[in-house]
Amino acid sequence: MTYTSDKPPLAESTDQLRARIPGWGADLDPKDRPSVPKLRWQEDRTGAHWDFPDRQPEKWPRERSIEHKFLPPVFGTSCPPKGVSGVIRRFAYRKYSEGRAAHWLLLLAADRVDAWESHLRSFLTARPDNPITETGVLSEFSRHGFSSRIGQKRSDVKHQVLDPVIVAGPWVLAVAITVTLARKLTHRS
Amino acid sequence: MRAMVYRGPYKVRVEEKAQPVVEHPNDAIVRVTMAAICGSDLHLYHGMMPDTRVGMTFGHEFIGVVEEVGSSVRNLVPGDRVMVPFNIFCGTCWFCARGLYANCHNVNPNATAVGGIYGYSHTCGGYDGAQAEYVRVPFADVGPTVIPEWMDDEDAVLLTDALSTGYFGAQLGDIVEGDVVVVFGAGPVGLFAAKAAWLMGAGRVIVVDHLEYRLVKARAFAHAETVNFTECDDVVVHMKKTTDFLGADVAIDAVGAEADGNFTQHVTAAKLKLQGGSPVALNWAIDSVRKGGTISVVGAYGPMFSAVKFGDAMNKGLTLRMNQCHVKRQWPRLFEHIRNGYLKPSDIVTHHIPLEHIAEGYHMFSAKLDGCIKPLIVPNAA
Ligand SMILES: NC(=O)c1ccc[n+]([C@@H]2O[C@H](COP(=O)([O-])OP(=O)(O)OC[C@H]3O[C@@H](n4cnc5c(N)ncnc54)[C@H](O)[C@@H]3O)[C@@H](O)[C@H]2O)c1
Ligand SMILES: [Zn+2]
Ligand SMILES: [Zn+2]
Repeated sequence: MTYTSDKPPLAESTDQLRARIPGWGADLDPKDRPSVPKLRWQEDRTGAHWDFPDRQPEKWPRERSIEHKFLPPVFGTSCPPKGVSGVIRRFAYRKYSEGRAAHWLLLLAADRVDAWESHLRSFLTARPDNPITETGVLSEFSRHGFSSRIGQKRSDVKHQVLDPVIVAGPWVLAVAITVTLARKLTHRS
Repeated sequence: MRAMVYRGPYKVRVEEKAQPVVEHPNDAIVRVTMAAICGSDLHLYHGMMPDTRVGMTFGHEFIGVVEEVGSSVRNLVPGDRVMVPFNIFCGTCWFCARGLYANCHNVNPNATAVGGIYGYSHTCGGYDGAQAEYVRVPFADVGPTVIPEWMDDEDAVLLTDALSTGYFGAQLGDIVEGDVVVVFGAGPVGLFAAKAAWLMGAGRVIVVDHLEYRLVKARAFAHAETVNFTECDDVVVHMKKTTDFLGADVAIDAVGAEADGNFTQHVTAAKLKLQGGSPVALNWAIDSVRKGGTISVVGAYGPMFSAVKFGDAMNKGLTLRMNQCHVKRQWPRLFEHIRNGYLKPSDIVTHHIPLEHIAEGYHMFSAKLDGCIKPLIVPNAA
């Protein structure tokens, strides 16, 4: 009992557990657990045959955390920064360490700007963004959107109604503002 | 090639993209034969992870065939069927040398606090991922392993993330024989963590979620007791009652940044992005565990601050252990467990989705429709 020194008893004995659960206790000994202890010298270097790796060529100035001594030898080359979001991103990296909220808040702001820039840019291409196909919302019909939610005790249904607002809200707002402005302008002339 | 591309929060599509090329002498190009959508991808999909750029291809859980290798690659040749850990890691930095592959210092310019992960935003290095026909695999001599003859492809793909992570999560709990272990989250990671807790000698395993269909799986697949938190007034009190008011010995957070159960926490984190993650499950873990107990966190949180109940953790003398999983370090032992029949990871796979339909796949997995637990993606060229 908790208010005395014994541990509350378990419903099943070790033998019962072993019989019911395949592999029960196979890793009882911490020595058999691959991540114990946390730091363990890896003699084989996991296949690496260098002390410090070759350097990947830097094809454009690669943004990096100011907590790094130098550009690490290997890095991803997806989506170089561009446009206004690119300017914000470069600034966030150049100016603030990972320890500063400003670093992350600027990067998040840049993500929102990037989405807008990209949506607008897409309208100049043969393949404009299509919110119906890109949100995959049609799977609501093919994947039982109704019965997957109704009558279940799901706690996420309460805020899922916010998702369409997040996706469509800014567009509705943008259209409303444009229409209002256009009306005002035409009214004046 | 065809590749999944991020178009902004809640929006993805398949595009024609340039095939990746060798950019470093130890790179390989791998033709993807099977990839998965992971719970972590949802944090990107919902726009929660800072520096997730429009145009990026996601996907960090995958297997494939080596198509091409760089000039310094010795351990792989074209044609090899490989499983690739989600970590990108060099093998020789201070961290890798000591087995902390998830914390490699040589692969991520964008952040020192995070290692490198395929298709996981620039905060994790800016690498394109594997929900595509081809992917660039850096440090080909270090990460990938040839898939053993006897192993099923679906088991192999789950070893590259979900299974290894769940197993790692149970290890972080430092479970001793007879421990009461509570696992928050009955997604792939939570289900595997529950299963692994038994291997380490747990005396009782309790899985908490609000999705009944996943709790059914937790009972059948992971032999666990289950609690639907929407059915308890207060899940913490429930945990106390069920342990004779001692509390669990170990709690595992397999939920992470988008935890439900507290509207304000969820909305401020997942919708408004005002905190790094919604720590509802983590706070429940802190309060459900007994004093002197251990919390293992494998659920992922963003790099910003989150409203964690740190005072309770301190006053209770808890041990908090956490990390991204060092996937490859888990493999030799997990291979044995699969061979011995103790683990059958592919039992949790619920959907196979052609790459071309990935937008529907993301929506279904995100909105938890159609009993979805683990969706696999099959590229056209597979
Ligand atoms: N550490 C790592 O290396 C690593 C690797 C893979 C995944 N992850 C993280 O692990 C987490 C789980 O991944 P997954 O693929 O299983 O995702 P998932 O989204 O399928 O599962 C999360 C589950 O948590 C449930 N949940 C939500 N709020 C809860 C609460 N308050 N209490 C209990 N359950 C709750 C959800 O209903 C869902 O079933 C994610 O955060 C993911 O990013 C970490
Ligand atoms: Zn993952
Ligand atoms: Zn390293």
